[in-house]
Amino acid sequence: MTHPELQNIQRRTQAQIAQRILEDIPDGAHVNLGIGQPMSLSNYLPKDREILLHSENGLLGMGPLAQGDQIDPEIVNAGKQAVTMMPGAALFHHADSFAMIRGGHIDCCVLGAFQVSVKGDLANWRTSDPKAIPAVGGAMDLALGVKKLFVMMEHMTKTGQSKIVERCTYPLTALEAVDCIYTDLATIEVTPHGLVAIDWVEGLSFEQLVALTGVPMKRKGRA
Amino acid sequence: MINKIVPSLREAVSEIKDGSSILVSGFGGAGLPIALLDALLEQGAKALTIISNNAGNGGVGIAKLVQARRVKKMVCSFPRQPESGAFDDLYRQGEIELELVPQGTLAERIRAGGAGIGGFYTPTGYGTELGEGKEVKLIDGVHQVFEKAIKADVALIKAQSADRYGNLTYHGTARNYGPVMATAAACTIVQVSELLDLGGLNPEHVVTPGVYVQKVVCVQPQGAL
Repeated sequence: MTHPELQNIQRRTQAQIAQRILEDIPDGAHVNLGIGQPMSLSNYLPKDREILLHSENGLLGMGPLAQGDQIDPEIVNAGKQAVTMMPGAALFHHADSFAMIRGGHIDCCVLGAFQVSVKGDLANWRTSDPKAIPAVGGAMDLALGVKKLFVMMEHMTKTGQSKIVERCTYPLTALEAVDCIYTDLATIEVTPHGLVAIDWVEGLSFEQLVALTGVPMKRKGRA
Repeated sequence: MINKIVPSLREAVSEIKDGSSILVSGFGGAGLPIALLDALLEQGAKALTIISNNAGNGGVGIAKLVQARRVKKMVCSFPRQPESGAFDDLYRQGEIELELVPQGTLAERIRAGGAGIGGFYTPTGYGTELGEGKEVKLIDGVHQVFEKAIKADVALIKAQSADRYGNLTYHGTARNYGPVMATAAACTIVQVSELLDLGGLNPEHVVTPGVYVQKVVCVQPQGAL
């Protein structure tokens, strides 16, 4: 279901959201990419900055997906896909990997989400489907451990509900953890004073963005 | 003389009893000790508690044990995997118990077990359903839940190279849980692809010192018997 307001709007593609997130990741950052959409950031890493990718299963300095005879089934990313290692990469065991995460040594993590609340609560590990097998992986450790938590997601659900909500209705991953939300419509920062819209797609007014999102929001640089 | 090398997979797993708790290394297929798991299936031990990142993967290893109904309980972080149908079905029928643990908490609980620590407080899981019922402390302004250490009867681990003392090196991200699991079991059993003479492993490169290892068996690199 497309909202009438969105009919003539050019939304950001997944690639454009990935590139928008990368604008906010500085040279020298150590970054963890969650399973799913966030992994696509590795396709757009800027050549003018050194960004080291951390994989929760014990690799810092992860390279692109392995192709052909580069494939080694024992060198994989968090999604269990075969990857390459960059020059300067380091391997370590699982407890060390999560000490790195929990200990605040990873600068930034990009995760997908089902819902984010106005306070930055994150729900991204299970829905309310009673038949689904619950699986949490590293999401809870990452959400709280890294210095900056970025969320990459669609702004609206397939049925037209905002995924940015007053309170999460899905089971929580972490409380007050998200720093910035990047969607196909906007970039929205989570601050102690509430949500602040940083930028949004052309053709959409700030008022329309607030109406679609359905929660209070300020715009950057204005009271 | 110390010699932890055993001649066969059968002998490596021969003393595992019904009702054992077993740590199993691996993240997906990487580092999964498939040959040891196949030998355990053949050996027949049942009512097992398996502690591992996943609840079976690609129809091999743990998935086969689950399918054969040898597993009473899974302690893991991410049970959902491609072709992990055996676990999914039994779980939905209430015939296998699941303790779901955040991945970093799982690794640290095992590390604590091996380090002789009773448990620890972590912010991970606070305010979520995985933190429910756990003791909470406010430490330096951060709510943290108490997590108890994990120790097990047995660890089954895949490594790359070993000597007869049980010193180990690993390959790539197959290292994952191996080094911590080796420390937390009464009996750590390792499958390797290569055996080296004493001195063949550079001491600077040894990842798991042999003190943690009880048995080593050499298998073909693909994990074939």
